[in-house]
Amino acid sequence: MSNYITARDARRIIRENKRAIDDIEKRLKTLPASARKSVMRDADNIVEFDNLRTHFFTDSGVVKAVDGVSFDVPRGSTVGVVGESGCGKSVMSLSLMRLLQRPQGQITDGEIRLNAPDGAINIANTLPEKMGDIRGALLAMIFQEPMTSLNPVTRIGQQLDEVLDLHKVKLKERGILSDDSKAVIKKRTIESLEMVGISNAEGVYGMYPHELSGGMRQRAMIAMAMSCEPLLMIADEPTTALDVTIQAQILDLLRGLKDRINAGIMLITHDLGVVAEMADTVVVMYAGRVVERGTATDIYKSPAHPYTVGLMKSKPIPGRKVRRLYSIPGRVPNPVEMPDYCYFRDRCEYARGECDEYPPERDVSATHKVSCWRDGI
Amino acid sequence: MSELSQDRLDQESRDITLDVRDLKVHYPITSGLTRRVTGHVRAVDGVSFSIGRGNTMALVGESGCGKSTTGRAVLRLTPKTSGEVIFNGTEIYSLDKRELRRMRPKAQIIFQDPYSSLSPRLPISEIIGEAVREHNIVPPEEYEDYLDQVMESCGLRSFYKRRYPHEFSGGQRQRVCIARAVAVKPDFIVCDEPVSALDVSIQAQIINLLMDLRDERRLTYLFISHDLSVVEHISDAVAVMYLGDIVEYAPTDAIFARPIHPYTEALFSAIPLPDPEVKTNRIILTGSLPSPANPPSGCKFHTRCPRAEKECSEITPKTKEAEAGHFVSCLLA
Repeated sequence: MSNYITARDARRIIRENKRAIDDIEKRLKTLPASARKSVMRDADNIVEFDNLRTHFFTDSGVVKAVDGVSFDVPRGSTVGVVGESGCGKSVMSLSLMRLLQRPQGQITDGEIRLNAPDGAINIANTLPEKMGDIRGALLAMIFQEPMTSLNPVTRIGQQLDEVLDLHKVKLKERGILSDDSKAVIKKRTIESLEMVGISNAEGVYGMYPHELSGGMRQRAMIAMAMSCEPLLMIADEPTTALDVTIQAQILDLLRGLKDRINAGIMLITHDLGVVAEMADTVVVMYAGRVVERGTATDIYKSPAHPYTVGLMKSKPIPGRKVRRLYSIPGRVPNPVEMPDYCYFRDRCEYARGECDEYPPERDVSATHKVSCWRDGI
Repeated sequence: MSELSQDRLDQESRDITLDVRDLKVHYPITSGLTRRVTGHVRAVDGVSFSIGRGNTMALVGESGCGKSTTGRAVLRLTPKTSGEVIFNGTEIYSLDKRELRRMRPKAQIIFQDPYSSLSPRLPISEIIGEAVREHNIVPPEEYEDYLDQVMESCGLRSFYKRRYPHEFSGGQRQRVCIARAVAVKPDFIVCDEPVSALDVSIQAQIINLLMDLRDERRLTYLFISHDLSVVEHISDAVAVMYLGDIVEYAPTDAIFARPIHPYTEALFSAIPLPDPEVKTNRIILTGSLPSPANPPSGCKFHTRCPRAEKECSEITPKTKEAEAGHFVSCLLA
């Protein structure tokens, strides 16, 4: 746990970081137009992550928050991303939205392909000023804490109108708004509020966030996210701050909405129960990498990575009593000094010789992939 | 629900650690310059239960149902409005300052958020040891050894003693909170959502630690949680709270096997199961918790109850014993 850095080292790190960040930002500005476009590997996917690396250049060293993540989000399906805090799942979604804290947070490698209506684009190479057309319109985000992500001094209605107003030209082309007048925008806002099950939509339009309960606030957030009919809704721990009964309402709502506007959902959570219920495919992340991915049945019925197995065993399941809960020994490696061997080796009960090298991803079945040297558990 | 506690009291009267009878905690709502009282928030509105020595009772319910207030009131951390809290044979609200101080080490609390409940300016030896010295739990010459021993028993290495809370992860901080609570040799600990802020794998470690300590030291827990799968794992009895009332109270096995109250049923059916093939018949409650300042008439749950009938809005249900030891307040049960 000794993280002490000498003054000389600190200066060196800061100098190196500045150089690295400048290089990345300069490269992004001078890229040819062809590099900003891309070709989807499969036209049925909305988003494809290809070897994404997002690093944070901090004063105590480079933190590889996301270090080589690849997976696809098929159109109209729900992908659950599971992992513990600090595993990089939120940073991965912020990379997709390009909401990383600049300048220290940077995408250093890899592609994020978005299947936009007017041709696939590479989000990793898109200029920050161009992201405004994509955020909110094509990709929308639902955050964990609705109280801190809604503006407390603006009425709900205004906050929703603002999103539509920003994208009104594109929305008219897509036929979501018939006209860009204030009245039409308001009508659409009220429609969205009704779609998320707010019965008193006209009233809520004029309310401030503090006048709503937690569940209602989260509904308003969802209304904001879906009002532009995005291709993908990213829900980052959407129900963690809510009670179980309200959680059930919100999950039910998300499921229904997804089918109505034919959007994909990327559900980021640490709750294995929520993922099992919602997701078609599941991605398990550990220490910035995907350790296992597959359909929900693959992951829950035949987990292949020791970390996934440990995670499942450590959750108490109603109706299945055990005397002691399983807990994964040890802790996640230090993100500044990632080991060069399998990141899970030191905590793994199956560790053996090959584990000195990070395992490549291999197929368990056509849909099921795992990064582990072991054959089955 | 006083007949309930009476019943259990007779059975195990000598072994009861905590007995709560018709406890009410109302907070006044004031308005205007004169701070005129215009109403009351009925946070806890007449709850009764008792916990035998070495047992764990869980208190579950949605946020705002009064479970945390109950937890604080049984420790006299918040003033009660009426009712009795009998701890180890004495009514704690009748104690004077000196007696209360002597009682304090016997009843402890572990809070939900291990970040805000530890002073950032004290090394953990102080956080854990301050109360030990203050209450003369061990003779001064044994103090250092005792501290090491408490830390080790909570899974903290004793050479971390001089470190400050910010140097620890969430799970370790929660261990510090637990060590602080058990260091004064309590009989009874209120665990107020002790694992809600932690990751799944860390949750398992903390739950195991709490259960080990309970068995080693014969501790009694009041375990407040909204996570029902954790509750089923750790507790002997479960009380379900809704809007300041206990609506159902039963041994854990009985309540999970056959919940009677429609609210309990809905609560249990809302647990997402980690199995993609199980399709539960989910009962989705509409709306959210009504305001405890102005609770609905009759049965407080009738506004959200899927089975509510006309009489539910008029008659306040009495607590009845549906099966041996299984108490429920519902007109339809």
